[in-house]
Amino acid sequence: MSGTWKSGVAGVLLIPALAAALLAVIPDYRWGARINVAAAALTALVALSLFVAGTGGDDYLLIDDLNVVFVALSTFVGFTTSVFSATYIAHELETGRLTPLYLRFYHAMYQILMFSMNLALVANNIGLMWVAIEMATLTTVLMVGIYRTHEALEAAWKYFILASVGIALALFGTILIYVAAQPVVGEGLPAMAWTTLSGSAHLFDPALLNLAFLFLLIGYGTKVGLAPLHAWLPDAHAEGPTPISAVLSGLLLNVALYALLRFKILLAANAGAVAPGPLMVALGLGSLVFAAFLLYRRRDIKRFFAYSSVEHMGICTFAFGMGGALANFAGLLHMTMHSLTKSAIFFAVGHIAQVTGTQRMEGIRGLTVSHPALGWGLVFGVVAIAGLPPFGLFTSEFLVVTSTFARAPYLAVPLGLGLLIGLGALLLRLQQVAFGAPLAQTQPARASLVPLYAHLALVFLCGVYLPRAVVDWFQHVAARLG
Amino acid sequence: MGDLVFDVAHLLAGGMVVVSFLLLYQGRMYALLNMFALHAALLSAAVAWQALTQDAAHLFVSAAIALVFKAIVIPAALHRIVERLGIHRAIEPVVGVGLTMLAGTVLVALSILVMLPITLASDALAREELAFALSVVLLGLLMMITRHNAVSQVVGFMSMENGLVLAAAGARGMPLVVEFSVAFSILIAFIVIGIFLFRIRERFDTVDLQALDQFRGERR
Repeated sequence: MSGTWKSGVAGVLLIPALAAALLAVIPDYRWGARINVAAAALTALVALSLFVAGTGGDDYLLIDDLNVVFVALSTFVGFTTSVFSATYIAHELETGRLTPLYLRFYHAMYQILMFSMNLALVANNIGLMWVAIEMATLTTVLMVGIYRTHEALEAAWKYFILASVGIALALFGTILIYVAAQPVVGEGLPAMAWTTLSGSAHLFDPALLNLAFLFLLIGYGTKVGLAPLHAWLPDAHAEGPTPISAVLSGLLLNVALYALLRFKILLAANAGAVAPGPLMVALGLGSLVFAAFLLYRRRDIKRFFAYSSVEHMGICTFAFGMGGALANFAGLLHMTMHSLTKSAIFFAVGHIAQVTGTQRMEGIRGLTVSHPALGWGLVFGVVAIAGLPPFGLFTSEFLVVTSTFARAPYLAVPLGLGLLIGLGALLLRLQQVAFGAPLAQTQPARASLVPLYAHLALVFLCGVYLPRAVVDWFQHVAARLG
Repeated sequence: MGDLVFDVAHLLAGGMVVVSFLLLYQGRMYALLNMFALHAALLSAAVAWQALTQDAAHLFVSAAIALVFKAIVIPAALHRIVERLGIHRAIEPVVGVGLTMLAGTVLVALSILVMLPITLASDALAREELAFALSVVLLGLLMMITRHNAVSQVVGFMSMENGLVLAAAGARGMPLVVEFSVAFSILIAFIVIGIFLFRIRERFDTVDLQALDQFRGERR
């Protein structure tokens, strides 16, 4: 049994790496798109096989119950996004915003991004994970700036500088974790491996762990997009190609939050260390309320949904900060549902921006009339992201709110307030964009609706019926998070 | 021998903190770049000394990267960029030298006060290295905040990163230090190429979101 997880991990790493090399030399963009989809599909299938391949770990790589969920989610959304991307880029090529040469670069980068995100998730070594997250940052920076307009370059540069400072601080935290572990575990690789760290974390020096977590929280928190460290996020989402916005919101934020969760387990295992919970609760709640208010002032549709991502990452961080089996369960479920829903929304938004020729919301009217399939897709997506039933986000938000009421009622007030304020902004804008008389000058849609509705169907399904097996799995993982 | 090991490591790491202070108030671009080259050279010596005393051959690779890449190639490249962008004569108004230095002193005091008491379990050498490294990191961060020009912000970032490499080299037996150096070098190469290709002169305000929103017409 010990070898099977290794071949699975090798699959999710090697397939994207080889595909990236192949895509870099293929000049025809149609073939590029096809290979991109095929490689992403293959990776997703291999990731599914990890569920049955068992768990295990060595010095560098690890598969356990926590990360296998994220690998599966990541590769699945990576696959659907590649399908969306194939139709999206055809339009970008026609309008001349991208050239075939840039597309070649784009496809290779897409697979490198998949590789580095998978590497960050399956890394057993905290240093290797850091290198992988840095690599993912670099590739996304290049993709955000791919349109080479003034705004795109500015967004890429801002993202670059802020994320670099963030990951530099995270590295300092990583070094401190090693310094804390080294007297207990001994020198060398074991002192950087999750498997050995989590087993002996109760023996580490608490003060060092505290300081390390502070750096890690600020560092990786920048990548999660928690306020007030979120400044890069809206720009990067708004100016890059929409498939990248979908991957950023749906996957990369999750990867950074996953890293934080891992370190939180270490702190939770040490009785002398400060509880990481209150810090995460404060940051999460702050992000939620702050982003909810800012939603009202957005005029750009992609920027609008980027702020919504800040809001939802705040909810997840808040839930994990509360801790306990129920809140952790809700947090995990919320991360999953948010990934699926937000990427679906960006699929819709990408096509909407193409048919209307603008990202400004005043230029978009009556979508349900002019493009019914697309418009209703957006409506369902926004209803889901607003946390209304019958979608899965309702379940997770409901669980977060009820567990907060049960344990810390005074925190439930700002939480509920933030959720309601966000809900108001979402419905207000949705009503303006989706209903009413359509503006005249729109193009017919040539959208790939399958990824959009597949995601929404999944979110809907989780809202009305969560299979027992999934619940058990999440409960099992939630118990480990402490 | 034991004292010599400690003293030399102390001297080199302390020297980096001093040069970090010098970086804080440099007004002219070329002087800033020369100072940074000195910073990187000191880092290289400090890492090489750690490699020697810890008997860790892989650290020599990190030292070599620091010397060749950060002390020679990057400053030379930035020299050319400064020339091309025509900002070499611009004496950058550093916001309140006195205040910046005061803040820097506070940060160094803070990092020593924070690091020394909590690393009692580690040996004296590692403790001092960590305290110095944190000072260098915080001073680099301070420089990034107080400067208004992309090139000097990048210099601030690189000095911050030098502090990280110092910390990693000081942690006894830490694996992957070379990989960190390489990863950072790639990052910095990208930044420098970015400045060069896109002719970024000014930093983009990262804190003042309102101004950016206004610029985009996001406000009514």
